[in-house]
Parts: sequence; structure tokens; C-alpha cells
Amino acid sequence: MRASFVKALVDLAERDERVLLLTGDLGFMAFEPFVERFPGRFFNAGVAEQNMVGMATGLAEAGFVPFVYSIVPFAALRPLEFLRNGPVLHRLPVRLVGMGAGFDYGHNGYTHFGIDDVAAVRSLPGLLVLSPAEARQVPSVLSTSASWPGPVYYRLGKDDRAEVPGLDGRLDPGGVDVVREGSGILLLATGSVAAEAALAGERLAAEGSSPTVAVVTRLAPTPVDALEELLSRHAFVVTVEAHFLAGGLGSLVAEVLAERGLPCRLVRRGVDEIPASAGMPHLLARFGLDRESLAATCRALRGAP
Amino acid sequence: MSAVHDARRIRRTVLDASYRAHVGHIGSCLSVSEILATLYRDVLQGAAPDDPSRDRFVMSKGHAALALYAALRLRGWLADGEIETFCGPRGGLGVHPEPGTAGVDFGTGSLGQGLSYATGAALAARLQGSARRAFVLASDAECNEGALWEAVMFAAHHRLSALVAIVDVNGQQALGYTKDVLDLEPLGPRFTAFGWDVVEVDGHDTVALKEALSRPASPGGAPRVVLARTIFGKGVSFMERRVAWHYLPMTAEQYAAAVAEVGGEEPSP
Repeated sequence: MRASFVKALVDLAERDERVLLLTGDLGFMAFEPFVERFPGRFFNAGVAEQNMVGMATGLAEAGFVPFVYSIVPFAALRPLEFLRNGPVLHRLPVRLVGMGAGFDYGHNGYTHFGIDDVAAVRSLPGLLVLSPAEARQVPSVLSTSASWPGPVYYRLGKDDRAEVPGLDGRLDPGGVDVVREGSGILLLATGSVAAEAALAGERLAAEGSSPTVAVVTRLAPTPVDALEELLSRHAFVVTVEAHFLAGGLGSLVAEVLAERGLPCRLVRRGVDEIPASAGMPHLLARFGLDRESLAATCRALRGAP
Repeated sequence: MSAVHDARRIRRTVLDASYRAHVGHIGSCLSVSEILATLYRDVLQGAAPDDPSRDRFVMSKGHAALALYAALRLRGWLADGEIETFCGPRGGLGVHPEPGTAGVDFGTGSLGQGLSYATGAALAARLQGSARRAFVLASDAECNEGALWEAVMFAAHHRLSALVAIVDVNGQQALGYTKDVLDLEPLGPRFTAFGWDVVEVDGHDTVALKEALSRPASPGGAPRVVLARTIFGKGVSFMERRVAWHYLPMTAEQYAAAVAEVGGEEPSP
């Protein structure tokens, strides 16, 4: 979604002169379209993410809308307290962009994995957290959040080509989009791993037992009503996320189920230990997040072999 | 009326309000009284706390916010009644400045963040073609924070001459003297090496402070740091240079003795 993000940001910056772009010295072969079009609105803050978020706070107070870019852990975790005390406390429109959600940087190892950012930022009041599932969603993700008065965290994947079958770039204002209507089981996914959930849905449909598959793009504030509508008409929900089990989509769904008293059993699929570096397909399979594993999980829930 | 007089009034408010609320951080407030008096009487430009063209000010050493509140009151931006809410049971002004309080451009409390806010504010002024400046008051121990030096590097690299940092060099921190905890010296040469224009002043000399804080931007565009050499607890002899007064509240006897030294001619709420 890197190229899609930069293209959408250029479009946004054309319409809104308040938009600035700051990077923590990352974005090789990505930002050229922005830099060429708006050289005076681009700043490389150096490898200094805390100061970058702090400066964005000062810029936003004066009326700018600074986009602040780094790889997920360096965008969301390293400067977390700056985010908390700056844009969140002051309710300022700083846009934090985390690149490489999940295992996108698989061979770079745990330091580069984006598997705990949602848990870290989801508690921050007023922070809009958007986690698109495919590059086609990115323009809508940026344009619909442009007027959000407080801070936004965009959790992006690297891949610009991968698509989630059935999503077609849609983005419901409620933050949840159904890509396949089925029955009995709801596969609920966030981020680019949603493609695996959709492909598992295709496979199960071919076997005559299609689950519903939906993509959750808005992770905070929790899209409670949209989730309740889906959860209330399924007996099982399987949450699918390239993120630690604690604090991510599965936790969020558990909160909705419990607080709304819904009779739907939750099965969470996510990361449950510190992963070693490996290729993304291997890591997805390791944590049961690939299409085969997800299909098997659904078959087991239906009592099928 | 003068900044010297204002500093005395700030000290008196600090003593009165912290005694009434039974809280500490008194010594830190006393060391910055002349700095804040000079800033708010003679340096900071701006007709009102919401004037977009006002100079920005970040009280990065947020634990001395009571002295800031006293200065804002002298400026006419805080009412007497608001000072009375300091550390009150139902909220109001807190130990650290919070956004939403008139005159507080940025809430602070976590050390090492304010210089980044001010750096962003100075960059914003440049981008908007505004002559406004961004001032930040940091503590010396705050320079322990690595993130502060990230901002130091950025501001120097981008020659943000609208940025003026003041470091309250009182030589103390929560648990000891800075030279014993993490020695910061030579602080001036350190900032110079990072590309800043360094001015060292007696932080209790309002004339010297005004001159240092009002100087035109350095010709090369370097950001400026004013190292204000101060005495922790200045003005109350039994608090001066005593680490304990970072946290201690005053007893009735101590309050009476402190007021007698600072001066009682200026009753404050």
C-alpha cells in the first residue's frame, strides 16, 4: 500500500495545503512523487521518531496536518508516549502512518514486525485507528478520515497489488465491510491477512458451506454497532489478525460480544509467541492465519472432518 | 512595576498556593521566577492567549507550573479565582500545566517532550511566514532525556532561529545534584557543538535575561539556548540548594518564615 498511500497523499495535499509529510528516514523509493510536487512540505526528521511526533504536535497546534511516517513499531511504539501526551492529549490532527503491519517485514525479524501496535494505541481516546485490507481501500481510507478532528493512526501493509476478493476497495463509513455473505460462521479479519480469510471463504463455499467473511478497517473507536449486527446472526466468529492475540481484533470482538451479551462463540487466530524471522507465508501458516488453516478451523467448528 | 517586582509576586503566589494545597515542587518554582517574570512582562509577544500570531511558550519543566500560573495571572490571562483552584479537590489547575488552561499552549509533565513541541512550533512559524517565535523552558535534568537531543539536532540542522530554549540550570534534580546523578557539564559547549547559539546568564538577573531573550536571531540562523544559571529554591534561604525541597510541602512555621523572606507586601489569592 506504499505507492497507493503516497499517491493518495499527493491528492490530499493538492486539496489541503495544511498537509505536511515527515518521515523518520524511511520510505526509500516511495516518497518521490510527494517530494517532487511539494518539496517545501516534506521533512526527513532523521532516525528520531520521538522528536518527529513531538514536532508534529507543534505543527498541528499552528494549523498544519502533519503525516508522520515510519515502520509500524517505530511509528506506534517508539514514540508512543509522545503520541499520548501530544496529539492525543491536545486533540490535534496529527496523522501517524505505520508501514508494514503484521509480517510484511518477515525476514527483518521481530524488531520490524507490526504485531502489537493495535494493542498499544487502541486505548488512546479520540485516536482513529484505520487498518486497510488492500491498497484499493487506501484512497477512501485517507479521504474519509481527512476531516477527523483528532489524531489518526493508519496501519498499512506494504503490498500494493494484493487484493481481497470481493472487497473492491470499498470502505463502509461504519468501518466494517462484508466481502462474502454466508451463514453459521463469521470470519472477521483486519489488515492484508484478510485476503487469506476471503480465500478460505471461497474454498469453503466450493465445499458447500460458505462462511460470512468481513473486513474490519476501523479498529478504534470500536465499530460496535456494525460488529453487533454481524455477530448477532452467526453462531461462531473467527477473528483473523497478524497481531498478538492480546489487545487486537480478537480482544475487541470479545468486548463487543460480552458487553452486548451476544450468543456467538469466539475463536481467535493471531500471534501467540514471539516469532522468529521468516517469509510471510511461513509465518502466516505458523500461526494458523493462512487460507488452508483458516478453512480447517471453520471445518472443525462445523463438526466436519 | 518591573520584572523584579513580578518575580517577587510570582514567588509569593508560589508560596501561598503550594502552602494552601500542601504540595511540593516549591524549589523548582522559585528558581524560575525571574525567567517567567521576564518572559511574560518583557519578551513574549501576543495580545491574547488565542492570538494565532502570538509567540508560543512551552513550560517543558511542567512540575514548576505553579510559577507559570502566577506569571499568567500577572499577564491577565488567568484570574485570581483560578489560582485558588490549584490542586483543589474538584480539579482545576494541576501540578503540571494542562491544555485548556488559558495561556497554556502545550500541556507538559513528562520531561524531554517540550523542546520537540517548540521545534514544531518554530518550524510552523517559518512555513507560515510568521515572525512569531517559540520559547521553551526546560530544566537542566531534563537534558538527561535522549529525545530532547533529537530536537536539538533537528533545530540546528534546519536553522530554526525562531526557536529559543531556556535551560533552568539550577544544578539539582529529584534525588540529588545533577553533577552527582548524570553530570551535564560542560553544558554550554555541548549545545555549541550541536550547532546552537549559546548565551549564559545569571538566571535571577532580569536585565540580563531580557537582553538574552530579546536578542535578534543569530546571523547564521542557529537556534538559541539561554543557559540560565539559577539557585534552586532562590529567595527562601532554608530551601536554597536543598534537594529535599524538590518534593517537600511547607509546615506552618516554614511558610511563615518563607513569606517573611520573600516579602509580604503583596497579598495574593
